[in-house]
Amino acid sequence: MKTLYKLVAIAAAFGLAPAAIAAVPAPATDAAPADAAATANEAAAEAPAAPEALAPTPGIGQPDGRYGLQDMVTPIGEEAVWFHDVILLPVIFAISIFVLFLLLYVMVRFRRAANPTPSRNTHNTALEVIWTLVPVLILVAIAVPSIRLLANQYSPPAADITVKAIGNQWYWTYEYPDHGIELVSNMLPDEEAIANGEPRQLAVDERMVVPVGATVKVIVTSNDVIHAWGVPAFWVKIDAVPGRLNETWFRTDREGVYYGVCYELCGARHGYMPIAVEVVSRERFAQWVAARGGTMPGAAPAEAASAEAAPAAAPEAANDNAVADAAPAADTNQAIPAN
Amino acid sequence: MTDTTANAVHFEADHGHDAHHDADHKPGFFARWFMSTNHKDIGTLYLIFAIIAGIIGGAISGLMRLELAEPGIQYLQGWATIVNSMTGGTEATFDEGLHMWNVLISAHGLIMVFFMVMPAMIGGFGNWFVPLMIGAPDMAFPRMNNISFWLLPPAFILLLGSAFVPGGTGHGAGVGWTVYAPLSTSGSVGPAVDMAIFSLHLAGAASILGAINFITTIFNMRAPGMTLHKMPLFVWSVLVTAFLLLLALPVLAGAITMLLTDRNFGTHFFDAAGGGDPILYQHLFWFFGHPEVYIMILPGFGMVSQIVATFSRKPVFGYLGMAYAMVAIGVIGFVVWAHHMFTVGLDVNTKMYFTAATMVIAVPTGIKIFSWIATMWGGSMTFETPMLWALGFIFMFTVGGVTGVVLANGGIDTVMHDTYYVVAHFHYVLSLGAVFSLFAGWYYWFGKMWGRQYNELLGQLHFWTFFIGVNVLFFPMHFLGLDGFQRRVPDFADAYAHWNHIASLGYLIMLVGMVFFFINVFWSLFAGKKCPDNPWGEGATTLEWTLSSPPPFHQFETLPVIDDSKHH
Repeated sequence: MKTLYKLVAIAAAFGLAPAAIAAVPAPATDAAPADAAATANEAAAEAPAAPEALAPTPGIGQPDGRYGLQDMVTPIGEEAVWFHDVILLPVIFAISIFVLFLLLYVMVRFRRAANPTPSRNTHNTALEVIWTLVPVLILVAIAVPSIRLLANQYSPPAADITVKAIGNQWYWTYEYPDHGIELVSNMLPDEEAIANGEPRQLAVDERMVVPVGATVKVIVTSNDVIHAWGVPAFWVKIDAVPGRLNETWFRTDREGVYYGVCYELCGARHGYMPIAVEVVSRERFAQWVAARGGTMPGAAPAEAASAEAAPAAAPEAANDNAVADAAPAADTNQAIPAN
Repeated sequence: MTDTTANAVHFEADHGHDAHHDADHKPGFFARWFMSTNHKDIGTLYLIFAIIAGIIGGAISGLMRLELAEPGIQYLQGWATIVNSMTGGTEATFDEGLHMWNVLISAHGLIMVFFMVMPAMIGGFGNWFVPLMIGAPDMAFPRMNNISFWLLPPAFILLLGSAFVPGGTGHGAGVGWTVYAPLSTSGSVGPAVDMAIFSLHLAGAASILGAINFITTIFNMRAPGMTLHKMPLFVWSVLVTAFLLLLALPVLAGAITMLLTDRNFGTHFFDAAGGGDPILYQHLFWFFGHPEVYIMILPGFGMVSQIVATFSRKPVFGYLGMAYAMVAIGVIGFVVWAHHMFTVGLDVNTKMYFTAATMVIAVPTGIKIFSWIATMWGGSMTFETPMLWALGFIFMFTVGGVTGVVLANGGIDTVMHDTYYVVAHFHYVLSLGAVFSLFAGWYYWFGKMWGRQYNELLGQLHFWTFFIGVNVLFFPMHFLGLDGFQRRVPDFADAYAHWNHIASLGYLIMLVGMVFFFINVFWSLFAGKKCPDNPWGEGATTLEWTLSSPPPFHQFETLPVIDDSKHH
């Protein structure tokens, strides 16, 4: 897998990527600042057209009015859904129905007509010990997969690609520090979203594009107030806090479009800064990078070949595009703040 | 006669001829209601205040459900225009309309928490019944009791008034009830947020004074023979609540004072650019905020315990376990705050700790649920309106509690956080928990407080329509949240439209229930049957039922003596 990725990266870096079929120019809304994409990068001399944007799949990566959690496309999401659907949901249903049954039983059995003389019994030590210990055991049983899920969420594989998501009132910007790309992602007006065949309130003009099968490290911060970057289908949500670099990650083996929203109240247009992540094949990703004027670095961990493959432009690009009040994203390995 | 009531009696006795010190000699209207030192009158003022605040807070949620009934923005811009025109402004922009939404959600939360549930539970029922239940003539500090009530109306006026001054994008404070920085500092220009903060200061100071009063009263003014372990559970619940208030509210006061200085005096407590940290505010807020949710529910626990015992005609099962379960909930409530902050970027060990600590709360809560059921077990139950509300409370609180166990898992909260699943959870424990217990207490003590009994048919109609309404209103929010619907937005993807529409219909059903409530209140106050001293029979064993209905203006001039036969 990684070898293939490197080959693609090399191909893209030298402008050998096959020509794309059609470009879908994404309309920028008036709220967007000047599109800063590719400002710093001269490496790709002839930028090929971007690959055609993927169409979303109904019922995957977006809400569909169902009774439960969205379909998950990441290993963490699958683990969490298993924990919720197989452990937690049966337990809370059982407890609720048990309590309801007891209530209905005493209401019938001990109604005044059926039991005119009340007992005076107010103590039963054995019973009290049982209803203290049994919940403890249930909670311990819940805690085991719960703690395991947390540990797994915080044990990402080595990142293949890093994207920096920056919250703004009220849009997201995405920086690809290793590719020299910066995007401004605004919500599409309802008519345009519908015309595109996308859900309204969720579609954006510039999607965050990542390759399939890659471990994507997302560094999240904010330029103004607190936002939160969350995509339910990835089981990912992390606050975008000014002055902090928060980190999360996901890896999915399914190509497609996955929608999310800002999950922290951030002012008037809090509900108007959705997130759309497009997961594409590595070839298409390379085309997309090239079309954006970026370059493919040796995104895989440094090994023999990557030294020649990685264009020298990447670090400069990252620095040039760094956001004013946030620390440069270069040192992303220890981005989780210690409290 | 104790020293505590001597001043009041002398004040009345100045009128002259009342040599026999008639206990029901009340001061004139202004002195009685505006300079009140009588715990029952102050309790009444609190209840009236809470009902008015509840009407306003409930009406605001009606506006919210109206806007959410259909996808798209239908009304917000119009409402913002109305507010603008009241302040001499122009037609509202789209963004001002959206800001209006944030003002509505903030006001709904703050009003319901600080001006409806807390005044009703602690100020209203606490004031009315703690002295009666412990056999005391009044509260320990009657004048402080008065000021703690009279701080509330100006606090409420400040909050309501903030809706009509600039607050950033539009008029009003659109920062949520949590008032997170930096949205509430650099993100909201104008006096609206300052007014909301001052409102919280006043309401918080009022609560701290009230808490001191309750702690002193309960520790010092119990009737002879009433040891702590013989106190009714409602008194226990208010005692624990008062300690939570005393320890939690100063932290809130500090946090929002820091917001004020960040906003106005150039400090940078919560401003990263100046070396501060926005997350610090969240730690401070939730160190208050989590005990606050127990402040809102513990007195409800106490009321439900009294009511379940009364209508089962059986003493409370496991009295000591019940009392110390509340103490345990109060203590643990102080060490779980960061489960409200699972997505701020906590490290993994912190999340594991707060996951585990939060789940521990389920244990004492479970003890309470099972003890209530065991109280009914073997009882001789009747199902008057207060009992219906108490039974509804037990089941609905269980449902809200188990979703709390789901949310307690830091890994699960990743996707639940700030979705409607959380909204559903806390409305099940508050709107179907705390509010159910408030209605239970209202009907339980209605005849005792006002001397006329409520109408049973209207009470039952109120319960059933309200019960159905709030479940239709809040249960679909679980589905919305699981499907990813974020909180605090007025428009949504079309996939969320169906359940939102159902929820709005649920609001209408609940509204019908409230019509029954108000008809019942007015009908019963003026034409209800006279209430005997103890309308509930042998199950009602606490001291308030030994007094007339309503109780005399000054009760227990000869202190009751609690003998060992009442031992639990």
